[in-house]
Amino acid sequence: MTVGIVVFPGSNCDRDVRWALEGCLQLATRFLWHEERDLGGIDAVVLPGGFSYGDYLRCGAIARFAPVLEAVRDFAHGGGPVLGICNGFQVLTEMGLLPGALTRNQKLHFLCEPAPLVVRPGTCQWLKGYGEGEAINLPIAHGEGRYQCDPDKLQQLEGEGRIVLRYGQNPNGSVGDVAGLTNQAGNVLGLMPHPERACDPATGGTDGLRLLASVLA
Amino acid sequence: MAAQVPLFSAHVQVSLRSSVLDPAGEATRAAAARLGVDGIKTLRIGKSIHLEVEAPDRATAQAQIELLSDRLLANPVIEDWNLELAETHGGPQA
Repeated sequence: MTVGIVVFPGSNCDRDVRWALEGCLQLATRFLWHEERDLGGIDAVVLPGGFSYGDYLRCGAIARFAPVLEAVRDFAHGGGPVLGICNGFQVLTEMGLLPGALTRNQKLHFLCEPAPLVVRPGTCQWLKGYGEGEAINLPIAHGEGRYQCDPDKLQQLEGEGRIVLRYGQNPNGSVGDVAGLTNQAGNVLGLMPHPERACDPATGGTDGLRLLASVLA
Repeated sequence: MAAQVPLFSAHVQVSLRSSVLDPAGEATRAAAARLGVDGIKTLRIGKSIHLEVEAPDRATAQAQIELLSDRLLANPVIEDWNLELAETHGGPQA
């Protein structure tokens, strides 16, 4: 089991993700530089947080054209597990693997705080370690995490059970309190909170551990 | 002498869709009132992108920049865009 961690110029949570996977879960990882195209031997892919390509134009807008993401798109369409955290979630929406868009927080502040969340795992592979309606805490750290889509799309996502993570106390103005979304097949998850920062009791909680551990099962 | 390739000047304006909240615009509107400028009912912030493009003709230039606007410069999920295109003179020699 080897987890690929995509590294864009400007990624800054890639090493945190590696620490969580290797140090807390004893999983092998491989950094995937943004120009790589070969995902051979990779069993799951994580798009980490940060500021890919400086977040120029829009968050994730330029990353979307990175060669590695062509391979990630094929990997996802083939059913491979793909996790986008924070900037990685923004990239997943820009590349069309998940619907909607992430926009500037309603109150403009960069938010860096613990966020209470409610999990509705449904068919999402990444959340099968959590109970239906389970309340957890994960840290958030973002300036542009306000999830946005039109009301019809939101209703559709709710109907399909794809809003798998919701804020308990909406911090950023996201429609539908959306904190995380999955695709129809359940193998792709995008979320603004940082599970990799909640894997060791020393950093204030371990609620993120089961999310990352799900790739083991 | 080689024929000159026409050069077009393009201006793409990207704005958040009217249904999408623009908190930066709202904050700026609040600052306008503090400056003593009252009566501003709407203030929305967008992006202004200027390009120069070589193309064999206007239709080609238009199609290229429309593709660029729709696929890269704007995210149609949350943004609208508007394109103004004009042919400029004195472009580089081919």
